[in-house]
Amino acid sequence: MRAEQISIFLENKAGRLAEVTAILRDANVNIRALSLADTTDFGILRLIVNDNQKAEDILKKEGFTVGKTNVIAVEVDDNPGGLNRVLDPLTSEGVNVEYMYAFANPNRKSAIMIFRFDNIDKAIEILAKNKIAVIKGEDVYNL
Amino acid sequence: MPIFNMDFETMPREALKAIQLSRLKTSLEKVYATVPFYRDSFKKAGITPQDINSLDDMRRIPFTTKQDLRDNYPYGMFAVPMENVVRIHASSGTTGSPTVVGYTKRDIKTWSELMARSLAAGGATSRDILHNAYGYGLFTGGLGVHYGAERLGASVIPVSGGNTKRQIIIMKDFKPTILTGTPSYILHLAEVAEEMGVSFKDLSFKAGIFGAEPWSEAMREEIESKLNLKAIDIYGLSEIMGPGVSIECIQAQNGLHIFEDHFIPEIIDPITEEVLPYGETGELVFTSITKEAFPIIRYRTRDITSLNPEPCICGRTHVRMKKVSGRTDDMLIIRGVNVFPSQIEDVLMKSDNIQPHYQLVVDRSGNLDSLTVKVEVSDQIFSDQIKNLQNMEANISNDIKEYLGVSAKVMLVEPKAIERSQGKAIRVIDNRNI
Repeated sequence: MRAEQISIFLENKAGRLAEVTAILRDANVNIRALSLADTTDFGILRLIVNDNQKAEDILKKEGFTVGKTNVIAVEVDDNPGGLNRVLDPLTSEGVNVEYMYAFANPNRKSAIMIFRFDNIDKAIEILAKNKIAVIKGEDVYNL
Repeated sequence: MPIFNMDFETMPREALKAIQLSRLKTSLEKVYATVPFYRDSFKKAGITPQDINSLDDMRRIPFTTKQDLRDNYPYGMFAVPMENVVRIHASSGTTGSPTVVGYTKRDIKTWSELMARSLAAGGATSRDILHNAYGYGLFTGGLGVHYGAERLGASVIPVSGGNTKRQIIIMKDFKPTILTGTPSYILHLAEVAEEMGVSFKDLSFKAGIFGAEPWSEAMREEIESKLNLKAIDIYGLSEIMGPGVSIECIQAQNGLHIFEDHFIPEIIDPITEEVLPYGETGELVFTSITKEAFPIIRYRTRDITSLNPEPCICGRTHVRMKKVSGRTDDMLIIRGVNVFPSQIEDVLMKSDNIQPHYQLVVDRSGNLDSLTVKVEVSDQIFSDQIKNLQNMEANISNDIKEYLGVSAKVMLVEPKAIERSQGKAIRVIDNRNI
């Protein structure tokens, strides 16, 4: 039920992001989804890729700090209220979203939201109870 | 300008040397009898106080280092029982052991006299009002200057550091004529005054006596023009006494007279530890010859300077040391606070178990020193959440403030972002051009 995300520490300076993506390109790693969180001095690049292990190894070899985190990928209907149907049951049970980002589902008219929850086990339980489709990790990597 | 203690400050050098030798011998006998550290170090060197019969013999006495003081924390170097100690000061807070120094009643009297001499040399008299912007507390600056000003008979405003806007109002309303503080804070004062629309030309200052951190001739010129006063350099360190170990005279402003009737200065080669002749540049070493509670023998200050025994136009016969030009170790002085990179390392290791890949960057922005601590982000401390990393920065910054008493901006950087020179990380980048 979980998907694995890799995160990379980046200093806030010109060209740094392009270096990371070039390294992945040269290793033939495909990026499925990404988000960049930033402060004045640094940023955290979060990626869902088709080959986590390869991406992690190559980035570490190039001297980057790389972390792995479990996230949940949820399919959200592309119509008004689609996101609320996911969030409302979680909110009512007190599960917090640490951060989230979205990408379009290439196969269907829906969005895929990547969630980082403060309590991932409880989130999975609630989503299952409410019959909200959680996408398996391998399926996300190979969309 | 009147000399505060004409007899001692203008004493012919031959007579001065005779006094130094007799006071030195008494001091050595005292420390040998009362401080185990000195007895042991003399024994190791195969000497007793009776072997020292001339000032030249001094070179047979072992040196004392900052580490020796730390090893004897807190009271191991005291030469009198605690009931005779009336005051304790300590060097700027550290995570390891700070250096603790003590004073008897007579030590305080001596210190007050030497500070009074210093203020007089800098142009102060009993008719002056003195605005003392040195910090009061464990730091020797505030109270040292305070007691000296009272001894001189001047009127002291014990304003201490900080609360800058109020200081400007006090300067306008109380009309002080002498200003004391660290040079970087004084320049900050000038900036704030300008923002408030107050010109130093309308204030009453004639001279300022500044020290506790290194400052350049360029900074002196800036202070003199911005604050419309004569800027005088004062030197001291708590291990020796505090401010008032040496002072520039307002007449020459060319070298700081060391009060040689209380301290014997030497210049050594920091590597070979050989004593160097007058005029040569090396590490300054001090021996106290009148102190009771915390006598100190051949203390290596790590400050780099040279000594000049030529007569001075002010009439003082005491040797002059050049403005300190640097240090033989990696100590930084940031807004008057002593900071060693190893102390920052201790804080990092303690606070978040961070690998010690760090670098200290010191800048002078505007006129205030600022310290940035760069820390490399390793896999162990990395998080995918911004708030965790920002909390870490804030925690380290708080810990540095708490343990070292200096504000620092903590900046996380990528692994290997810190320049390494032949495999060794460069720990300090000082952009201040002092």
